[in-house]
Amino acid sequence: MTAVAVPIEHVLILAGALFAVGLAGVLVRRNIIFLLMSLEIMMNACGLAFVAAGARWAEADGQIMFMLVLSLAAAEVAVGLGLVLQLARRFDHLDIDAASELSG
Amino acid sequence: MSLEIVLFYLAAAVALAATGLTVTRTNASHALIYLIISLLAVAVIFYLLGAPFAAALEVVIYAGAIMVFFLFVVMMLNLGRDAAAQERRWLLPRMWIGPGVLTGVLLLEMIYLIAGSPAMSSGTPVSPKAVGIELFGPYLLAVELAAILLLAALVGALHLGRRYMRARREEIA
Repeated sequence: MTAVAVPIEHVLILAGALFAVGLAGVLVRRNIIFLLMSLEIMMNACGLAFVAAGARWAEADGQIMFMLVLSLAAAEVAVGLGLVLQLARRFDHLDIDAASELSG
Repeated sequence: MSLEIVLFYLAAAVALAATGLTVTRTNASHALIYLIISLLAVAVIFYLLGAPFAAALEVVIYAGAIMVFFLFVVMMLNLGRDAAAQERRWLLPRMWIGPGVLTGVLLLEMIYLIAGSPAMSSGTPVSPKAVGIELFGPYLLAVELAAILLLAALVGALHLGRRYMRARREEIA
């Protein structure tokens, strides 16, 4: 298997663009499921930047950091979707603004 | 310019388009399918960059396990046409102006900074064996910490979900 020598700045620009799209999604959407999806997009962009840096210096560390990002994403989704179910049960809709008051 | 370079830019275009469609959909299932396409495109990029193990993990864990988890919750909540209509009411085109301008400015700044310092990626693949040796050698502590994080998430999800399931059972009974 051979790897292509892509200019690393193009990969980093792609990662930045994906991150920006995810950030815009987090800022705009009100539905908590779409918010979690946008967070996934942002974390995936971080992983892409890590793997690109690992490929630049031909080191395994980039892929290891990607794996740690992956486990973080899995943990975040598990708790986040549990909160989605709670929100849907209490308010019958998924508007994140409904959960703006912290009370037991 | 070889074929693989063209493949990289094609996969990058697919990833960007699918991600853009993900954050603009009103139907949650459609957004999820586009997100899976975006993740698969990023997996292709990982493979082209010489990280086959990361590409496999991206397909198996991200596009497989995590997205199926999302799909289960979307189906459990039974979001139908009403939810899509409500989403369309929430998602007015003018809402995109503010966040779009702000994130666009940040993205342009970063592109300007990155493009100023050109460097090629090495083009040498990193084998899964090398990744494994590093992972269970110097990074062993990080693996243990990730395990504790996943355990905490498991307990948290069980706690949150159990109350939901009990309430559902009482509703049905």
